[in-house]
Formats: sequence, structure tokens, C-alpha cells
Amino acid sequence: MTVNIVGAGLAGLSCAYTLAEKGVKCNLISLQPSERAQSVMAEGGINASLNTMGENDTVAEHFFDTMNGAVDLADPNAVLGLCKNAPKLVEMLDKLGVPFSKNGIGIIQRNFGGQKKKRTAFVKSSTGKIVMTALIDAVRRYENEKIVTRYSHHKFERLIIENGECRGLTARDTYNDELISFCGAVVLCTGGMNGLFEGLTTGTVNNTSDVTATVFEQGVKLSNLEFLQYHPTTVGIQQKRLLISEAARGEGARLFVNRNGSLWYFMEEKYPEMGNLMPRDVVSAEIVKVTDMPECENTAYLDMTPISKDVWKNRLSDLKEQCIHYLSVNPEKTPLPISPGIHYFMGGIYVDENHMTSLNGLFAAGECACQYHGANRLGGNSLLGALYGGKIAGESAGKINAEFTTDFIAEKSPDKKVSPELSKEICKILGESLKILRNENDLKTAEDKLKSLLNKDLNSLEKSRVNLALATVMCALNRKESRGAHKRVDYPDTDKNFQKTTIVSFVNGKIEISYREIPKLRDKNEIEN
Amino acid sequence: MKLRIDILRQKSPESKPYRQIIELNCDNDETTISSLLNTINSSNLKDIDSNDVGEIKWDCNCLQKKCGACAMVINGRPRLACDTKLSEFKNGKITLEPLKKFPTVCDLVVDRTPMFENLKNLNVWLEDNSELKPKKTELAYEASRCIQCGCCLEVCPNFSVDAGFFGASATVPVSRIISELNKTKGYDVLKNYRKNIYNGCGKSLSCMNICPVGIDIQNLMVNSNAVSVWKRKN
Repeated sequence: MTVNIVGAGLAGLSCAYTLAEKGVKCNLISLQPSERAQSVMAEGGINASLNTMGENDTVAEHFFDTMNGAVDLADPNAVLGLCKNAPKLVEMLDKLGVPFSKNGIGIIQRNFGGQKKKRTAFVKSSTGKIVMTALIDAVRRYENEKIVTRYSHHKFERLIIENGECRGLTARDTYNDELISFCGAVVLCTGGMNGLFEGLTTGTVNNTSDVTATVFEQGVKLSNLEFLQYHPTTVGIQQKRLLISEAARGEGARLFVNRNGSLWYFMEEKYPEMGNLMPRDVVSAEIVKVTDMPECENTAYLDMTPISKDVWKNRLSDLKEQCIHYLSVNPEKTPLPISPGIHYFMGGIYVDENHMTSLNGLFAAGECACQYHGANRLGGNSLLGALYGGKIAGESAGKINAEFTTDFIAEKSPDKKVSPELSKEICKILGESLKILRNENDLKTAEDKLKSLLNKDLNSLEKSRVNLALATVMCALNRKESRGAHKRVDYPDTDKNFQKTTIVSFVNGKIEISYREIPKLRDKNEIEN
Repeated sequence: MKLRIDILRQKSPESKPYRQIIELNCDNDETTISSLLNTINSSNLKDIDSNDVGEIKWDCNCLQKKCGACAMVINGRPRLACDTKLSEFKNGKITLEPLKKFPTVCDLVVDRTPMFENLKNLNVWLEDNSELKPKKTELAYEASRCIQCGCCLEVCPNFSVDAGFFGASATVPVSRIISELNKTKGYDVLKNYRKNIYNGCGKSLSCMNICPVGIDIQNLMVNSNAVSVWKRKN
């Protein structure tokens, strides 16, 4: 029996590597090879309390920072597993040959948002790319041994569900249009829902959200869709937003706005302890607030000129090249006008601590899954979440991988696409309502518009996309509080009654919202041990 | 700016390639070729002979030269579409063709599977834990940056998909592996490097300054040759 992994980014690779190490065969099914995955774009680093910087860092502090960043909306047992395993996983990457910079004690770490200690291991400003290279090479060994089989130009079509259980999936070979059935447990590692916000995210084009939309309509529960991360420092370039890594602020860059003719370093004044390195939801909301003030100019700047030449060369070389190439700005000399842009989806496919979805036999990991990050993800926890989540999903899928059989034969059907016009329309509706600061009117308008879109002549994939968009808006409408990345101007306070996971289901053609209690930490002593 | 875009198209791997010429105006000469293709594909354009253009198939993903998907031949040179601006073509004449070293799937999409298979054939993986020394950290970093776009193979006089020489797209990743070994013998990757890289490279240096992410391929080869051919330890 074989486990079928959909998506070959960091979570998918980690899942394949975990299974292959145990000798479990797996198919690695992806639209493009791993080198093209969004994971290669991760820049700043990966969090682990390695305690190499003389700051007495601990797993407990990583745990509390992650839970605080998540505004208590993450599963504490899952987060504790994440933080406890982080040092071992970074050690694994070191053994796989990721060229981390080292001091006399171990891997050098940098400051990152929402964390008081230097906890982010990095390779210059290309951590994702360099980590991916090492894992791609590690998995290649198992491809050679025929334990891992790649299908690298294959598009997910549908899950095969029989007797209320996921028995496999169908995928389309995009080179010859042939449909293939894969039998066995399925692990989805298909990335964030960028396609809902075409052109407005820092991510990749092929993370269309269509896998999530399809399995949602097939009955798989989603959760916390209202929590979108706006990264504070992005710049619009052609067809997308360009990320200016948080590593810049970790290495000393400062945010300012021009107020009555003088520079106001608003983050440093408002948050003296963490300043520019407050969690991303806080920084993004502050940028919106200060640039809306009448005494301030409507553009905020990131001043990277305090960063030393040595740091530019040894720690941020790719970031500098990007600014010069795409923005024609030398960040060593000139502050950069920035604004927040959509960067990460904390919500997605509902999974439990073992990365099992609401459907037996189906697992999910990485950005497509809702795990670890609650209402707001900390920088440096996404690579970690993908690596650890992929590992746990692999372990779980490997365990239940009993004798699955299916007689399913995929019927030939034409490839479906979401038209560019519809994609743009959805993006416009969501962009105008799921803003950093939200209100009921905008969300209701969006809900109405999406509902009326459903009455148009749409193909099944287009309908799924609209339904996913509608589910996202409904999640945001129903959460009548402000928490983390979900900030409602009409409900500005955090309400403890909403300290629950939003669950969204598709039942008999209708979208239903409910809430689930956050699991309790099983053993408080575990944190210190 | 008036553009005349000449595209080499092909409907399927078996069908005959044909040229299609599109004329359109674009005001912003900072527009990238990827953005231009996106515009063409979301408009219902006709070519200069009044035929429908339809969807031009091409690979892309990150749009900021980190993923290597959108490699194609632009005005005779292999490049990334997301890294090529209209301002470079003052006369407005643009030719887009698929990479020619690989079989065409359709339009500008090619099947780069042989490039990835070569990495398997070369044993590009570590058999033991990395023994990376601090003085080789920079080299391992540089060798980890390859985006597997295939631009370097397009210009190489020694590479073809069925030849024994695997080209720079294999030379770079294998250099990462070699830079992290503590021995100069006993690994298949060293033997394979000699056979499939060292012996096959004609030193034409045609791949220099072609890499979209600016990898110094020659510098990596210096170390890989030293370890695998001249038996000098890292």
C-alpha cells in the first residue's frame, strides 16, 4: 500500500521523507516539481529554541510566544509538540547539509517578530530555498530506491470517497490530459489559498485554493478561514506583492511615517519593548491606523539604512538584490515605501493534533491545513509548521495505511478552469471586505455579491471557488470580535466567548458555521520538561 | 509602445509548431514578459491574420525569479519571463520560443523531466551526514541556489537530453553534495561526477552569465574537480 501526498513543497517533502525513512512507499503528486513550490520563497528563517545566542532561550518561551501570537486560538498540545521538536528538526536540516552560519556554540539565530529572544535560524535571506534544496536531495535518494515515486505534472482532481472514508484521489496528467486514480491514504500539502486574492498576495500563482475548494464541497471541514495574515512590509509589483522580509526588521530596519514634516517611528513609540518586531497583525493594523491619521502622510516607510554592510552581505544579500531589481531602490541608501499585503492563511483544512482531517483516511499539512498558528502566525513558524506538520501527517498516514482498496475508475472528463474574469471578480469582492480592519457592512455586501455570483452560469470548479470565497466571508461575518489578524472595527474587543475554532462545513449544498472548543493542554508540566 | 510579438506555438507534442504574430500596445515599458503573457491570456486577442490567439500555454509560479518555471527563449536568449522587461526591446519586437533542448508539451511548456532524472543518475544526495566545514559554507550556499530552470542547458554545446554529459543544471546541485563530503573516495557521486560532468564538459563556458540567479558555476566546478578528480579533501 502506498500513501499519496498531494503537493511537493516543504510539507509534502517532509511527509515523503518521514514515510520513506520508515520504508513506507509514497506517491508525491504535484503540479510542478518541488523546485517551483512556494516554500522556496520563504526568506527569513525557521524558529527553534536552540539557545545558541547566550539568551537562555527555552522551549517554554517558544511555546508561550507562539500561543500569544496566536491570541490563544491554537491547539496548545499541537503547539507544544511543534516547539519541542523544533530543535531536533533544525538539527536534522543541519545533518542534511543546510549551510547554516555557526558560532562557537552552534547555529546562529536572529531576532524575528513576536519573539523576545533570538530564535530564528536562517540561511541569509533565502532560508526556504536552501532548506528545500537539502530536502529535495534527501528525498531523491528514496526516489532512486523506488520508495518515493514522483508525479510532477499532475493536477489534483477529486478525492475518492467510499463508505465515508477517503480511499484515494484522481489526478490529471497535464501533459497528456490523462486521468489517473491513486489508491490509498491521502495527505494534502497544497498550500495557501492565494487564488482567492489573485495578484494581492506575496505567494505563488499555482496555489489557487482549488484543492481546498474541491474537498470542501466533498464534505471535508475547514476552519478559521477569517484569519488571513497581512504581512506589514510588502510592495506591489506586476501581478503580485513583493515581500520585504521581516528579517530586515530583525536586523535593525525601522518603520516610520512622515507626521507634520518630521519622521515618526510609530512602532518604537507605541510599543517600547518590541517596537518594530511586534507580531505581524499588530504592525499591519498600526500601519493602517497611522497612515489614515490626518497629520500623517498616507505612506509608511521601511528604513533599512541602519543595517550594516556586513549584515547586508552575509545575512540579507538576496533581499537587497530584490529591492534593486524589482523596485529600483537601493535599500542601503533609501527608505522604501511599503504597505501590508496578504502573505499567509492561518485557516484552511481542519486537522486535529495528528493532522487528520474530518474525513477518515485524509490528512493535511503545511499552509493548506489549519494548525499551530491560531489567529496570527509568528514569522519563522511557517517553515517549522510545514516541516513538523508534514512529519506528523506522514507518521499518522503511515499508521492507518491498512489495506485500502477501491474499484474506482476515473471517468474521462474535460479539464476545468476558473475563468480570469471570475477570478478577478472574486478577488475584488474579497479585497474590499476582508481588509485589515473589517466591518459588517462590507462583509455583508461581499456575502450578497458572492451569493449572486453562484446564480451565474459557472462550471463546477468555478462554483467551488465561489463557495470557498463565500465560506471565508461568512467566517469573518460570524466572528463578532477582534482577535489577531481578524480585526472588526464594529467589535474592537477580544471576546473570551469567541476563544474557539471556527468550523465551516458544506452540507447539502449549504455552508454551515459552528465553533469548537480549543483543546486544553493535557499536562502543564510538559511545558517545562 | 507598439509591440510585435512573434510566438512559436505548438498544440501538442506530436503536432507541428507554427508561428503566430500578435500586435498590441503597451504603455509601460517596465512590464515583464510574464505580465504580458498574462494580459494576452486574459484578453480575447486576434493575431495579425485575424485568427484567434486563444490561451498561450506557459509555465509560471512565483513571478519573482525564485522558482525557475517560466524559462523560455526570448529574442534568442534563454531567460525567465518574470525577469525580462519590455524596456530591453526598444524596437518593440519580441520573439518567444520554448526551450529547445527539451521536448515541447505545448506552446512554451517543455518537459524538463530529463533534467531531474539526471540528478538521480548522478546520485545527487548525501549518503552520510553532512560534514560541511565553515570555509565551505558559502560554497554550499551558492550551490543550493540552483532553480532548475534549464537556461544553462539551452546554450551548452555539449548537452542534449540523451547525451552522457548532464550540464550546469546538474553541476551546481552536485557541487553542494561534494562540498559537504569528508572523503574523496567511496561515494558513487564522485565517480559519476567525473563521468557525467568532468569528462563531458567541453569548457566552452557558454553557460557563464546565463544563469538567471547569477550562480558562479565555474567557481563551484573548481571545488568539485578538486575533490572528485584531484582527490583534495574539502
